Amino acid sequence: MKRWEHFVWPLAAVAASLAAWQLGVWWTGAHIFPSPTDVQHGLAHLAHKGVLLRYIGGSLGRVGMGYVLGVTCGIPLGVVLGWYPAANTTVNPAVQMLRPISPLAWIPLAIVWFGIGNFAAIFLIFVGSFFPVVVSTANGVRNIPDVFLRAGSNFGLSQVGLLKRVVFPAALPQIIVGLRISLGVAWLVVVAAEMIAVDSGLGYLIIDSRNAGKRYDLVVAGMLLIGLIGLALDTGMRRLERLKSVRWGFRHE
Amino acid sequence: MLETTTALAATSLETKLRIDGVSMVFSRDERTVRVLDNVSMEARQGEFVCILGPSGCGKSTLLNIVGGFVRPTSGDVQIDGEPVRGPDPRRIFVFQERGLFPWLTVEGNVGFGLFNLSSDEKRERIAHYVKLVGLEGFEHAYPRELSGGMKQRVEVARALAVNPDMLLLDEPFGALDSITRLDMRRELLRIWQAERKTILFVTHDIEESVQLADRVVVMSARPAEIRRTLEIYMPHPRDISSRRYLELRDCILEEIGLAKIV
Repeated sequence: MKRWEHFVWPLAAVAASLAAWQLGVWWTGAHIFPSPTDVQHGLAHLAHKGVLLRYIGGSLGRVGMGYVLGVTCGIPLGVVLGWYPAANTTVNPAVQMLRPISPLAWIPLAIVWFGIGNFAAIFLIFVGSFFPVVVSTANGVRNIPDVFLRAGSNFGLSQVGLLKRVVFPAALPQIIVGLRISLGVAWLVVVAAEMIAVDSGLGYLIIDSRNAGKRYDLVVAGMLLIGLIGLALDTGMRRLERLKSVRWGFRHE
Repeated sequence: MLETTTALAATSLETKLRIDGVSMVFSRDERTVRVLDNVSMEARQGEFVCILGPSGCGKSTLLNIVGGFVRPTSGDVQIDGEPVRGPDPRRIFVFQERGLFPWLTVEGNVGFGLFNLSSDEKRERIAHYVKLVGLEGFEHAYPRELSGGMKQRVEVARALAVNPDMLLLDEPFGALDSITRLDMRRELLRIWQAERKTILFVTHDIEESVQLADRVVVMSARPAEIRRTLEIYMPHPRDISSRRYLELRDCILEEIGLAKIV
């Protein structure tokens, strides 16, 4: 594929989808489901009221805090679990049991512990980000080829030196995969968390638009924004994978 | 005339490595596998010793024991009179080019063991060894950008940079094509003659052992024991079509029980 084709084809697909959407709304004469133009007007209205940036900022801020917390707790635990088989045997069953519990199932407890507000939302995002990072990191550490560890200890590295200079760089591609998955989960969770626990942000926008006036144009607008920002976040994370010191762990065309 | 024991005229060279009655038994589940059987041998300072044997015979295990990565079931290994207790930067193991760290450049890899040096000294040392192995210009390349032969050279440079007493090479040229292998052997000899380290070189290639070594230790199939030790009294560079070379090679072929007709 030529360079321009990487942009033109996806854009053409998006344009075609928008056109199909608009046509669909006209054809069926839908009253409730908005057309693209309705959505666009709704967005302009929100921007005009100065609320759009505030909502986006609110959601991103919550994700940022919960995610950073989840990652800073998850990576060290993942390294410990991957490096010490005894620790893994002890702790892993608990991890595997907590992992399948959807972060959303934590909502009642989150509200009991933190009340309605930002902290509850951040806690939910933390729970969502934590587990993928732990699992990926542990896998990354556990799957380091023996050769690297032997070579490292051959040169006289202490345990700490080995962890810092061999284990961590060798596991980094896997860790980054975990970071990317976690970010995706975090963004998913923030929307749901905001629907229940907060009164600002994109999730709140969606539920509030429906409740306070059946503004489905704003509902769809909110969904689109969530999708676009999620795409931007994921693309950014994928950029990380192209760093020279990590690129070796991924297969690129 | 061929010598078959270790009586060398210049016995003023001290013994660097002594392997004494080493046996290795691996047990997994219910089965035990005896991999090495009462192996004893020596290597002198600055000597190039080849350990030759069929694949899977346990010669790699022997090398790992010397390197301190594996504890023998019985027997012991002494280097410079001290027993081997674990891996040590004084004896560096060269893996088959897969030991290179993919997240570091050539520079980063070669300088990996040099954490006790100042940054100036480190830079000098790295430059010296990159040049020695003939990879000038590739300092900032990553291993994935290099050919197999180049990667092998980086491993050798990395090993030499920390100035070890001994190099332990485990079939280092095994993954290379036969033409590159010839080149690499020449390179290794050149490097060895520049910095006379004691070298233990494991191979299954008879020709390789006769081309490179001062002494060839021929091992049997598993459980491996030493069948024979051959002193190679040939100065470098060795002519591989000379009578002497062919005699030595044939001697080994006979010892292993291989016919000379394919």
